[in-house]
Amino acid sequence: MPDQTLEVANVHLWRGERHVLRGVQFALARGACLEVCGPNGSGKTTLLRTLCGLIYPEEGRVLWDGENVRRDLPAFHAALAYLGHEPPLKSDLTARENLHYWIGIRRRVAAEELTAALTRVGALPFSERHVRTLSAGQRRRVALAGIALLAVPLWLLDEPVTNLDAEGRELVADLIREQLARGGMVVAAVHQGLPPSVRNVTRLELAA
Amino acid sequence: MSSPESHAAQALEPVPAPVARTGDSVHAARPASASDAARLALLRDLRLAFRKRSQLVQPLAFFAMVTLLFPLAISPELSRLRELAPGVIWVAALLASLLALEFLFRDDAHDGTLEQYALSGQSLMALMFAKTLAHWLLTGLPLALMAPLAALSLGVAPTALPGIVASVAVGSVTLSLIGSIGAALTLGIKRSGALLSLLTLPLSLPVLIFGARATQLAIHGASYLAPLELLGALAVFGITLAPLAAAAAVRISLE
Repeated sequence: MPDQTLEVANVHLWRGERHVLRGVQFALARGACLEVCGPNGSGKTTLLRTLCGLIYPEEGRVLWDGENVRRDLPAFHAALAYLGHEPPLKSDLTARENLHYWIGIRRRVAAEELTAALTRVGALPFSERHVRTLSAGQRRRVALAGIALLAVPLWLLDEPVTNLDAEGRELVADLIREQLARGGMVVAAVHQGLPPSVRNVTRLELAA
Repeated sequence: MSSPESHAAQALEPVPAPVARTGDSVHAARPASASDAARLALLRDLRLAFRKRSQLVQPLAFFAMVTLLFPLAISPELSRLRELAPGVIWVAALLASLLALEFLFRDDAHDGTLEQYALSGQSLMALMFAKTLAHWLLTGLPLALMAPLAALSLGVAPTALPGIVASVAVGSVTLSLIGSIGAALTLGIKRSGALLSLLTLPLSLPVLIFGARATQLAIHGASYLAPLELLGALAVFGITLAPLAAAAAVRISLE
């Protein structure tokens, strides 16, 4: 029996007249990271959304543990964390409240865990401020705390280092390294590439 | 930066090392139940609503204005006003609840919350129901509580008030549910207001008819039980099916 792998077999996707994903194919084992590169409009986000089952591909399959994810989407979703372009935060709630609701919907989470995660990403000093008052980089840190808190095997990150300073980019690299060390998997769409400190990275180039 | 690993040990729920291939994988350590998830979604919406009070007050102010201005514009003759009261109250309530609908999913779609709901592994239907319930608690219920004020200004006798409150409370449940389908279906559309009313108003007509009838019977001191029960039946029907339809519509909008 395969031991937690993500396999993508020959995925094709059209958006209107455009053939966006042209036979994307890869396999990812525990502890491995895939960086999806390509210019703007090459379908990086589309690929991530297809992987997590939001978009139906016209052809091809996404397999989780050797089974088509379509057969049991809720179980697959329970195993993945998706972080899109925009951090999924409510601007009228504080950073901590945001995490409390966002994570709490998926798993029970104690207040100390929230504090620890916020500390980890350096967001504790502004955790009681409304998210509308935070900068784009600060929001992204809060979102990263959320992804780490979900504690799931598969991370799908869309441009995780945008808006982050050098220290923030290193934080992303650290978080990814820890996730890989625990046997997790990461798929990251990045147009500049992940920081070099992340190892065991396979690169997937998408053409425009 | 000095020792990220030691921080990590406390910060991150450690993923159990070799995860056996069972249904309950990694995060199932302490997953939130469907009711926990729905409760949190409800609480989140309520808290957000109280942070954005202007949005909360808008439909209620609309209802109050329409029902209070009507008697000034029609005539001071109480018997005539009393005849018009059911129609005025119900049309105002219907339009007020429609006014609040546009906000039901819009912000959530915009900031990625709906995406996270759809990818939470929880029942999207339960989450949609929680959102609709929050919407009813924030518009339908306050409208029902304001209805006596409107009724009194239209010359209705105080004895009719319980019937009016009950019919608006029950009827607005269905209005919120129908609205949740319409709001979810129009998610991808900019300035969806007109289309949203076009979609939801025809479906809301039974509520308007039975609601106005119940109110009329209550005003005349007759038994309003029959139309109220029909409103109840519509609400039960809606609770059963509307979250299903709304969840499906949300999934389509995310594709």
